[in-house]
Amino acid sequence: MREETLIPKVGVVTDIRQDTPDVKTFRVVGLDGKKVFEHIPGQCAMLSVPGVGEGMFSITSSPTNTEFMEFSIKKCGCLTSWLHMMEVGQQITIRGPYGNGFPVESSLKGKDLLFIAGGIGLAPLRSVINYVRDKKDNYGSVHIIYGSRSMDDLVDYKEIIDEWCNDPSVKVDLTIDRPQEGWDGHVGFIPSFVEELSPDLSRTVLICGPPIMIKFTLDGLKKLGFQESQVYTTMELRMKCAIGKCGRCNIGNKYVCKDGPVFRFDQLAELPDEY
Amino acid sequence: MKKISIDKMNELFAAIAASKALYMPVCDGKKGAKYAKWSEGTEYSQAANTSRSAKDFFFPQVEDMASFNVNGKEIEVIDTREECEDFVVFGVRACDAKSFDILDSVYLVDPVDSYYANRREHGIIMTMACNKPTDTCFCSTFGIDAANPMGDVSCWTNDNELFLSANTEKGQALLDSISILEDADDNAADDIKASIKTILDKLPLAGLSADGMKEKTLMEVFNSDKWAELSESCLGCGTCTFVCPTCQCYDIRDYDTGHGVMRYRCWDSCMYSDFTLCAHGNTRTTQLQRFRQRFMHKLVYYPENNGGVFGCVGCGRCLRSCPISMNIVKVMKTLEG
Amino acid sequence: MQEVMVKRASELMADGTVVRVLGWKNGEFAYDPTPAVFESAEALNTFVYNDFCSSNLSKYLIALSKKDGKTLVFLKPCDSYSFNQLLTEHRIDREKVYIIGIECSGKVDEAKLREAGCEGILGIKSEGDNFVVETLYGDKTFAKADCLSERCTTCKSRKVVAYDEMIGENGEVNSECGRFDQVAELEAMTPDERYEFWRGELSRCIRCNACRNICPACSCEKCVFDNPNSGIAQKAAADSFEENMFHIIRAFHVAGRCTDCGECSRVCPQHIPLHLLNRKFIKDMNECYGEYQAGEEAGSRAPLVSFTQEDCEPSIVYEREASK
Repeated sequence: MREETLIPKVGVVTDIRQDTPDVKTFRVVGLDGKKVFEHIPGQCAMLSVPGVGEGMFSITSSPTNTEFMEFSIKKCGCLTSWLHMMEVGQQITIRGPYGNGFPVESSLKGKDLLFIAGGIGLAPLRSVINYVRDKKDNYGSVHIIYGSRSMDDLVDYKEIIDEWCNDPSVKVDLTIDRPQEGWDGHVGFIPSFVEELSPDLSRTVLICGPPIMIKFTLDGLKKLGFQESQVYTTMELRMKCAIGKCGRCNIGNKYVCKDGPVFRFDQLAELPDEY
Repeated sequence: MKKISIDKMNELFAAIAASKALYMPVCDGKKGAKYAKWSEGTEYSQAANTSRSAKDFFFPQVEDMASFNVNGKEIEVIDTREECEDFVVFGVRACDAKSFDILDSVYLVDPVDSYYANRREHGIIMTMACNKPTDTCFCSTFGIDAANPMGDVSCWTNDNELFLSANTEKGQALLDSISILEDADDNAADDIKASIKTILDKLPLAGLSADGMKEKTLMEVFNSDKWAELSESCLGCGTCTFVCPTCQCYDIRDYDTGHGVMRYRCWDSCMYSDFTLCAHGNTRTTQLQRFRQRFMHKLVYYPENNGGVFGCVGCGRCLRSCPISMNIVKVMKTLEG
Repeated sequence: MQEVMVKRASELMADGTVVRVLGWKNGEFAYDPTPAVFESAEALNTFVYNDFCSSNLSKYLIALSKKDGKTLVFLKPCDSYSFNQLLTEHRIDREKVYIIGIECSGKVDEAKLREAGCEGILGIKSEGDNFVVETLYGDKTFAKADCLSERCTTCKSRKVVAYDEMIGENGEVNSECGRFDQVAELEAMTPDERYEFWRGELSRCIRCNACRNICPACSCEKCVFDNPNSGIAQKAAADSFEENMFHIIRAFHVAGRCTDCGECSRVCPQHIPLHLLNRKFIKDMNECYGEYQAGEEAGSRAPLVSFTQEDCEPSIVYEREASK
């Protein structure tokens, strides 16, 4: 009988990192200790706990990581609560990769990039950021604007400070919503921070975060003079099959799981705003 | 073309059933007609159509996908799929036969759905031309000819004879295997076709056209102010979805069997409030949005993605079974009006 | 009848008594009117009232009475019982509704016409006590009485029990309607026979939820079967037990509140006689606690939610079984 993508493989959780009070990053490999499959930055995988449910998660690690995959997951529903209770050594099921991913080998090549992320929205972008950092020659400079509710809610704070901030080709600007003891960085919401920083208009923008942050940031970018066609985002809707068949994650005639999750805003502008 | 006397229909059925499971419409009283497995004594029903569509043969309401043994931290995935046996479905109407093409273009495109493909590969479809199409029929709106149904074998019948013509290798092999069939002229069924054509032209929905849908852009249809009145009395049940031969959405669920976990899939309906419910919220919170999704899918999204082919075959089941008598015909007429 | 209704609706909209009208809109065919809300006198052009206006409109008032302004609704006798029951359960704001009661002599079941071989229906004419059904395959004449829905042949009441005004004569309660006869037949079966009967019916269920969604007694904000946290949320029955469970739980949940409007059976695409489950409960309650008709009076206390010293003891289950 032919291969069936809907039947998952077994993955083993080999490391669990508490990133923020409600975000953990899980390291997953196959039963053979190797990566379960290869992927493109921005692509997703379906993770499941049999008996609890299955869900789509973006692969947070870069494809350049040859040893394992990572998933940064925020605890917000039934399945994610279960995942957060896991201990190292726990097996889960995994299938993928799904979705189009970011066009790292085409449209993004040679471009100066601007990443704008809010909260857990950093998860899908982290894969691209690290991919681009590992293949510096192929891309221009990198500017990252990242914000969260508080210092404690900045995902991957350690990696940001230790690695990204020390990378001469990367410029990092961080912000938190409200003042906090021990924080001497910028305070304020991302949309206004972006306008304040007034990034270079030649940059290609990759943005991910809560819908309301994306909406206002996009408005701000447009005000600054950015075109919708130079801004990419990645979407998340309810999914069951992840292969464009179960019929629920559509925005107009596009399926987020198959035609997305990465869309350019000029593409989204032609579709109903059911997201 | 082959033929057999009507008196010998039972012998034909017995010959087919000798090697393969044979299903056909049977009468179900007030309940209409339903597909049932043939055995000696089963009476074939010439009802206009069955209450439930023929999609059940390839895309059943519930089917197991895989099972899991969970032991402490360990998980074992068990592939529960089995190669299915050959089967024949007799008496499929032209509309339902066309619905398989629509399901194919979802399930058989890469990555192929092996559950569906397995049944499709082993199923042989024998269609039957519609001698008595009914008021709720509008297959011609979508370019389907009830006088010339497709499938692996097409059949026509009059009071005396049944004519059979193979359209595919599978169909030809089936006809070749039945020795009691006699040869017939290729135009032997022409009279039947002509008489069906006359009736088709007189159907109340004969003039219904979907072309108007193509003249509008996706966003024009989506933003129509007609959706509010159309969806106003919709109950949000799944009747239209479940009787529809082309509705293909499904849910995947896990079921604790007591000694493991069975992952199964079942029909789902975009009319249901939890269809798009996520941990972070719902993208379609009103019945208007859900109602619009169903008809946009059939009349706009599916054609947009499939070379202009509509996602409806005009079988008319939703016209008969909607509790509030709202249906795709009313939607099309209102949107175009 | 239809003209009088439209005229009265126009007047009530014109004088500002109501801002919208809840009724039926004509359909594609003679037999498929749709419940509809009319917001202007012009819109009433498509208003229809005929033998096929079966829908019980009461449940729509839950949403409509939350809107600004009064809604005019036309209620048939059985719909008015549902209305009262919804009032009892505080689901409708009475002040926001203006009711015109309409007489009803039974509605036609399209499936009965189909069963009698009517296909290719082009038109249906009412001629005295008969229908003449014009079809592509010739005209057929039927006695109206033979085409009525099952629920109408055993109509419990032709009395509109809640209205602000009536069009036509109000009817009477019919205590001799024989609506429990079929339940009695089921009771007379052996448990095995009865199980067979219900398995035969319930195994046909496709879990479309039409019965639940149409039911005026099913007015929960979130149904237990839709709630992922309930542990029994399901879209399809995974086994025969679940097929039974959905309908049995529903029957228990509406017990004492079901007015026997029969909408569940009318809308079932698989023609399962679901109303028999509810009638069994009604019959049992009548026998154990004395006659009670849900919805007859707004604010009445159903036997299952009011305790009296005379209430039967749980042991009645065994006593009844033993007396058989």
